[in-house]
Amino acid sequence: MNDKPAFTLSRRGALVGGAAAAAAGAVPIDAGAAPAQPAPPAVPVRFTVNGKARALELDPRVTLLDALREHLELTGSKKGCDHGQCGACTVMVEGKRINSCLTLAVMHDGDDITTIEGLGRPGDLHPMQAAFVKHDGFQCGYCTPGQIMSSIAVLEEIKDGVPSYVTADVAGKPALTGEELRERMSGNICRCAAYSNIIAAIADVAGAKDVA
Amino acid sequence: MKPFTYERAASPAAAAAAVARTPGAKFVAGGTNLLDLMKLQIETPRHLVDVNRLGLDTIEPTAEGGLRVGALVRNTALAADPRVRRDYGVLSRALVSGASGQLRNKATTAGNLLQRTRCPYFYDTNQPCNKRQPGSGCAAIGGFNRNLAILGTSKDCIATHPSDMAVAMRALDATVETVMPNGQARRIAIADFHRLPGGTPWVETALVAGEMITAVTLPAPVGGTHIYRKVRDRSSYAFATISVAAVLRPTTGTARFAFGGLAHKPWRVEAAETRVDGGAKAIAAAALAGAQTTDQNAFKVPLVERTLASVLAEGAAA
Ligand SMILES: Cc1cc2nc3c(=O)[nH]c(=O)nc-3n(C[C@H](O)[C@H](O)[C@H](O)COP(=O)(O)OP(=O)(O)OC[C@H]3O[C@@H](n4cnc5c(N)ncnc54)[C@H](O)[C@@H]3O)c2cc1C
Ligand code: SF4
Ligand code: FES
Ligand code: FES
Repeated sequence: MNDKPAFTLSRRGALVGGAAAAAAGAVPIDAGAAPAQPAPPAVPVRFTVNGKARALELDPRVTLLDALREHLELTGSKKGCDHGQCGACTVMVEGKRINSCLTLAVMHDGDDITTIEGLGRPGDLHPMQAAFVKHDGFQCGYCTPGQIMSSIAVLEEIKDGVPSYVTADVAGKPALTGEELRERMSGNICRCAAYSNIIAAIADVAGAKDVA
Repeated sequence: MKPFTYERAASPAAAAAAVARTPGAKFVAGGTNLLDLMKLQIETPRHLVDVNRLGLDTIEPTAEGGLRVGALVRNTALAADPRVRRDYGVLSRALVSGASGQLRNKATTAGNLLQRTRCPYFYDTNQPCNKRQPGSGCAAIGGFNRNLAILGTSKDCIATHPSDMAVAMRALDATVETVMPNGQARRIAIADFHRLPGGTPWVETALVAGEMITAVTLPAPVGGTHIYRKVRDRSSYAFATISVAAVLRPTTGTARFAFGGLAHKPWRVEAAETRVDGGAKAIAAAALAGAQTTDQNAFKVPLVERTLASVLAEGAAA
């Protein structure tokens, strides 16, 4: 984000710029030198987040992830890479898991969105949240909201018959095996490598025995 | 991201006209490639036309016995469609070999065909790249080019097309359907859809400015054993080093092969398909005729042959 003088950057702007600069390794740091470009007109957007109707006026550049975190203060969804590579930003939109960092908030007018905050709360955890605690499916916890959203979606996808690259017969019904779970969870990176405990948690919720 | 304005199109023809009319405009579908590149300022559209809610997200049978796949059908929905899983297994397999579960839920048929190269220098705005900045040179030639093309390259660009889905569609002889800015429809054979880099590596497809993809049609099922084998640096969530889409019909002694990771477009050489009796060696020799390799990517030649051998063995066991 080198399109505004550095001293007017919001925390969000600084974070976005920081992530993009780190990824590109190329964005100039002297943001103050760049001439100011007018911000595009704000676009109204309404969607339902965790059962609650929300209305925002947003710069079209705001991603769904930034809308959730910085405008609605739902900071459970995490920004790991901001480029679709880590899965920390995984949320459910219209019942399907997506990377909220690679989609614009204004593209989701009318959509039904569920974040980790919409699953359960302390004392009343979603079964998948409880299983992650029980199986130690995390260490630092940064990837965990994305892992949990994906885990719930993976079990739905297997139930719906969505094939994966390790499904032997794509025309048949996918099996609930460790190999299937690992392949389907590969879009969620865990820097602490809690992978085996994450698979144990998912298998527990699915009631799958002998998953290795 | 550079500032841009945003509109939701009212119809495919209106979307095409809007992109043709507005300077610096682009379509946005799933956004998984375009937004990634916009954050890096490799793509800097000034206007986005959202084509998501135009009813182009269905898969319908065609009069010829095939399927018409809407441009906005998500990669997951296409891979999971019972008709695709039964009759076009190579396409299902290619789709689920790509990206991640989350990305496939968003990625669309049209966007997948139009995703841009993963050449590392295309992504690095400090480096010369003719595709990103016409005339600036090609840092990959003489640079780190282990994963780049060995067929159909030019002195200006040796990038590969990264799509898995497109390789399967090439084996299936799919057709891309579009609407032009003047409202006229057009059909483009998948073989003619992606271009070789030549002297204009930034011109990647046969589409004209503002032309919008509305669907991809698949001809009637061809039967046989469908295999998509992707070889990559890690076993999941990585782009292809090379890939083979195969339809094997041992009873008739015929086969189809299309390859990914070798060129600026899915690579298919029909002459190679008459060499099935000669085994992997003969097929690979015909498919890779004229290959130009570098020290780093010469390994792709034997890798194609070995992958074909493994595909043929899988076919024989099926
Ligand atoms: C981390 C990561 C890993 C990936 N791994 C793989 C992989 O292993 N294999 C693979 O094949 N892909 C992979 N992908 C790429 C992914 O498949 C593409 O990003 C996706 O298919 C693009 O589709 P989209 O709908 O999101 O396109 P968008 O980003 O919306 O659009 C892409 C381009 O198509 C244009 N466009 C979109 N729709 C139309 C239309 N109807 N008519 C005309 N133009 C249109 C847009 O203007 C844009 O230029 C990966 C992506 C990421 C981020
Ligand atoms: S190979 Fe093509 S994309 Fe890569 S640096 Fe050269 S011109 Fe750019
Ligand atoms: S922050 Fe979205 S995938 Fe990493
Ligand atoms: S628990 Fe630390 S990144 Fe996964």
